[in-house]
Amino acid sequence: MDLRYSEQDEIFRAELGAWLDEAVPAHGKPPSKADWPARRAYDTGWQRKLFDAGYAGINWPKEFGGRDASLTEQLVYYEEIARAGAPYIGVNFVGMLHGGPTLIAEGTPEQKANHVPFILRGEQVWCQGFSEPGAGSDLAALSTRAVRDGDDYVVNGHKIWCSFAQAADYGELLVRTNPDEKHAGISWLILPMDAPGLDIRPLPTLVGEGEFSEVFLEDVRVPVANRVGEENDGWRVTNVTLRFERGTAFASEMYQLREFLAELVGVAKRVTRHDATAWDDAALRREVGHISAELDALWAMVKLSVCQSTQTGVPGLGGSAIKLFYSELYQRISELAVRVLGRAGLSREDVAGLPSEHFLARAMQSLSLSIAAGTSQIQRNIVSERILGMPKEKR
Amino acid sequence: MDFQLTEDQQALQSGVRSFCDGRIPVEQLPEIVEQGGFDRDLWREVAEMGVFALRVPEDDGGVGLGAADAVLVFAELGRRLVPGPTIWTHLAAGRIEGADTGDVVVGGLDLIGEQRDVILVEYLDSLDTLMVLREDGVYQIDPRTLKAEPVAVPLDPLTPLHHVAELPLGDRIGDAADATRIWFDGGAIAAAQLLGIAESTLELATQYALTREQFGRIIGGFQAVKHILADMFVRQEVARAAVYAAGATIDDPVVGDVARAVSSAKLVAGDAAMKNSRACIQVHGGMGYTWEVPAHYFLKRTWVLESVFGTGEEHEMRIADLVSVGR
Repeated sequence: MDLRYSEQDEIFRAELGAWLDEAVPAHGKPPSKADWPARRAYDTGWQRKLFDAGYAGINWPKEFGGRDASLTEQLVYYEEIARAGAPYIGVNFVGMLHGGPTLIAEGTPEQKANHVPFILRGEQVWCQGFSEPGAGSDLAALSTRAVRDGDDYVVNGHKIWCSFAQAADYGELLVRTNPDEKHAGISWLILPMDAPGLDIRPLPTLVGEGEFSEVFLEDVRVPVANRVGEENDGWRVTNVTLRFERGTAFASEMYQLREFLAELVGVAKRVTRHDATAWDDAALRREVGHISAELDALWAMVKLSVCQSTQTGVPGLGGSAIKLFYSELYQRISELAVRVLGRAGLSREDVAGLPSEHFLARAMQSLSLSIAAGTSQIQRNIVSERILGMPKEKR
Repeated sequence: MDFQLTEDQQALQSGVRSFCDGRIPVEQLPEIVEQGGFDRDLWREVAEMGVFALRVPEDDGGVGLGAADAVLVFAELGRRLVPGPTIWTHLAAGRIEGADTGDVVVGGLDLIGEQRDVILVEYLDSLDTLMVLREDGVYQIDPRTLKAEPVAVPLDPLTPLHHVAELPLGDRIGDAADATRIWFDGGAIAAAQLLGIAESTLELATQYALTREQFGRIIGGFQAVKHILADMFVRQEVARAAVYAAGATIDDPVVGDVARAVSSAKLVAGDAAMKNSRACIQVHGGMGYTWEVPAHYFLKRTWVLESVFGTGEEHEMRIADLVSVGR
């Protein structure tokens, strides 16, 4: 039960920290969220800088250009990225955390060569085509159909919640190749986003803009060579990806919540309530104390989970517990942040020098955390069934 | 860094666990209540396991382990509600002669925590000496000199109490820094016991949900019940991480801030024990509300542990003060 980073970890921290302290301010402020070409340029530009400095793919194998850092160096990486306020992974999210790792694990040599190095350098942006209007929590009920025609699949269907589709070159596409089976009738395809027959329509979120699109596919031809894994083995291939998503994908964001709490405290000391500041209110201070304790516990949980995964190589089921706790904790912090703003929180523009939009955007975005990547209800099923041994729901 | 338990720690944990499971099954708790909440034979066996001498250096005849090991041991004792002033005797080992072997039963009073107007001493009839923590130092009092009235019906049937109207100062055996250090150690150990309660209440609720049938099926098949259990698991794991971190931080203060780590652990583990004890009663339905089903013992012990080494509210304020100055 040793929490001390090694000398080597601390050397890594110092190097990375020094690099970030120069590189982050130099990269400038992020562009408007509605400007997709600029967002793509900003996010991929940052990815390229990470790559050139040797920090891209911190957990990717060396063979594929990653750093293959030790797990404790990865923790240092997440802490430093959060501390320095480095640009969010943004449009590189799906490629770096889903598509790339899946291809590394399951792709053919050719698929790896065509995609993996490009994702890592920020030259290929990926999006996700998993969910459908009729297949959300019950993802395996998906009905987008792929029918074999020579060397191609002909795909027809409707995908939803496709993050970054507006900016993407490729998509991870789950299709039904056998309509008589459920889980055993799904295949995983690499979808070129410029394929004829694709219609991408933005789907604004409650935040007011957003990263989601709906993708309609009409007789879209995808080469059979783009299939990852065997035909009808796509469900297994998918689960390789989802496990990564529930693992450390959000580690930096988790650590970053401490900075958010510190900002909240800063604002609470400035805003007035009657004759005092919000911070003079003992009830608010106690709430902050409570949340801070839980944030520390969350980070200790991540450390424990990361250390445990050194033995298994993949994130464990404990990831579901971490995700449940993190989602709801984030929502509580941002709810508190909005309360601290008071009436200034009714404005999407910063009024009276208060960071209204920054707090509000986080408060609204946090609502997605208990829905995306397995709702909190699905996570509770997973915990109670796979860890506590309760009877399984009908699937 | 390897935050996992070492092999030695795993062995220590499973050793104490199997002792507790064999020696104090939950069904035996009512028997201990009848004996007045203290079992001298059990106390001796706990002492022989090295629970009290755990952190006394080997050169002084102790086991020579650290706070990280202590939290593992006390989580196991907490899991089975092992009666007696185990925390205080452990804290006194190396300071009060005979505590390390358990020959001297040391009770304690925390007067650093917020409430000082009501003095209730636990297990007074069984004590050989009393250690008192005040802001300015550590004091020792001979319990036989106290004018104390037994509390007829203590809240926790496993924690007998005496009400002391007037508390003498006692002999000073440590300075303010000692008192603070013991207080934080005690906070981590109490947090560990609360973690143990969060674990055992989940175990009891899980067992019951897998056997109790209604509407022709086991109640663990209903999502309304499954989700209660899942939330209990999450709270248990959050508490575990916080408690282990507190132990590791006390042993190696380079890795963090002891005050912050202990406050977080006590707060988060207290929350987990309180909510899990209540959920355990809820999952047991009507039977959970009875005296016969032992679920209530865990809630009542939680109330006892919540009242020492800083309540949740006190730790919230302490952490807020640390956050405010950027610590």
